[in-house]
Amino acid sequence: MNIGKMTDHAGEWLRGNGPHHDIVISSRIRLARNIAGFPFVNRANLRQQHEVLALCHEHIVEQKLEDDVLWIDLRDSPQLDRELLVERHLISKQHAGSKEEAPRAVAIGVDETFAIMINEEDHLRMQVLRSGLQLTEAFQHINHMDDQLESKLNYAYSQRFGYLTACPTNVGTGIRVSVMLHLPALKLTGEIEKVRRAARDMHLAVRGLFGEGSEAIGDLYQISNQTTLGKSEMEILADFETTVVPQIIAYEKQARQALLQQRPEQLDDKIHRALAILKHARVMGTEEVLQLLSHMRLGVNLGRITSVDMKTINDLFLLTQPAHLQRIASRSMSPVERRVERASLIRSKLKHCAVE
Amino acid sequence: MTILELADNPPVPPLSMRVHQHPRQFNWGREGYLVVKRKCDKCDKPATHHSVEIINGEKIEKHLCDQHAAEEGISIKAVQAPINELLTNFVKLQGESAQLKEEEEQEEQGEMVAGQTSGMKGYACPECGLTFNQFREKSLLGCSECYKAFERQLCNLLERAHEGGVHHIGKVPVRAGVSENKQTQLMRMRKRLDEAVDSEDYELAARLRDDIRSFEESAE
Ligand SMILES: [Zn+2]
Ligand SMILES: [Zn+2]
Repeated sequence: MNIGKMTDHAGEWLRGNGPHHDIVISSRIRLARNIAGFPFVNRANLRQQHEVLALCHEHIVEQKLEDDVLWIDLRDSPQLDRELLVERHLISKQHAGSKEEAPRAVAIGVDETFAIMINEEDHLRMQVLRSGLQLTEAFQHINHMDDQLESKLNYAYSQRFGYLTACPTNVGTGIRVSVMLHLPALKLTGEIEKVRRAARDMHLAVRGLFGEGSEAIGDLYQISNQTTLGKSEMEILADFETTVVPQIIAYEKQARQALLQQRPEQLDDKIHRALAILKHARVMGTEEVLQLLSHMRLGVNLGRITSVDMKTINDLFLLTQPAHLQRIASRSMSPVERRVERASLIRSKLKHCAVE
Repeated sequence: MTILELADNPPVPPLSMRVHQHPRQFNWGREGYLVVKRKCDKCDKPATHHSVEIINGEKIEKHLCDQHAAEEGISIKAVQAPINELLTNFVKLQGESAQLKEEEEQEEQGEMVAGQTSGMKGYACPECGLTFNQFREKSLLGCSECYKAFERQLCNLLERAHEGGVHHIGKVPVRAGVSENKQTQLMRMRKRLDEAVDSEDYELAARLRDDIRSFEESAE
């Protein structure tokens, strides 16, 4: 497996299956860990960072933490590859963009269900991704990986503060549970602000597709916990699985029904306009594409469009991103060229879909 | 993007989508959920906590005073700022008061040299040398020992950042980890190893490396 082969399909988190996949795009769990005896990454010198990297390579790759692991040393990988990994949610922007010489790597599972960043903000940042609402499964997987690693490495851990992390906002369980939700109807009905407020009130963070601040593009919202100390992993998971996510799902479903019943013409207009533009436009920016894909996704989920399948839409969410576009075309492109290429890629993927 | 003109007749929030808001920020707009000043549902004190719960399409409002809100288990959250902002502000605040205290202590101790004074002791990590000011700037600690060095300041901060949580609850490493003393020792051994490599004393470095290996294994 290599990075090049990734670009013909979407990763695990955009596979478009899993429970509640009409609304829950993906479930993600991340654990932050540090190795005892070394300063945290920001205070470690190059030699110590190298040593941490070597230790992790030994226990993840040489001792086969999982069956098929792809180890990518980020110092000698091209910038485009690093951006591709960011777009696939396998590394953070920070990890991709650190100083060239900083010793750092990522270990990725072949199916992209897990990724372990080494020497990001903490020595180890591992994540497991699943499509749809599968937090329990994701937790079982990551917990098992953590147990395996912990039987070989000494983690920095204190009885009082739990797993010690560079930033005190992650200390304790070091866990970050997040779900990516597609909430087009709540956005269209103007109800989304209430979800934001309710989430904030429950100490949850709401971000966009790539973790950016306020405005979520493509109606995709990532909701994650911020509290990691004084609450167990199970409590945090239970909050998500039994309270937060089901309520938002129910709310979005109600909004979809309200649209169908009260504004069917306007709803269909949005959906079919999106399909028509995507099928025929010649120059397209990322944000516009994500917004149109969002409306089309809603249309497919509500059965208003039948000529497009979910997989095509989910793939397009990813393949139209800048690094993916350039990887597929095998050349680097200016933003202007990318807009043309993007429109052309979409047209070719949708050429068999009839406008209904 | 245009929004459908539907907001005048929106769907109701689902089952117990509970929202607790301070009255000033309570702005549910057109549905008429706007909260006006009123008395506590359970006593005559002014209500300071308002929540709206929708159960089976029926709207149930609660208006409670501080005391009754606490009894009902409605969390009291005065601060709505994003966590990072909160952290930065809080760290700054702490830093300032810590500095003041430090200056006072130094004055009291008169002739004591900076760096040796007991007033300084709590404010730079003895293992990695990170100062509290540096922590303030980046919001990042330097090593696991920093948690001990800055324990006092961190406790307040952690409490605010983690909804009152100050003690870890949850997963414990299977081997219960290496004891904290041993972690400190390990840190020191690695530091000596690093210094040995720096001064090109490879014999000492090799010996220390062996020591670390066996120390880590003995810790299991
Ligand atoms: Zn009362
Ligand atoms: Zn330190």
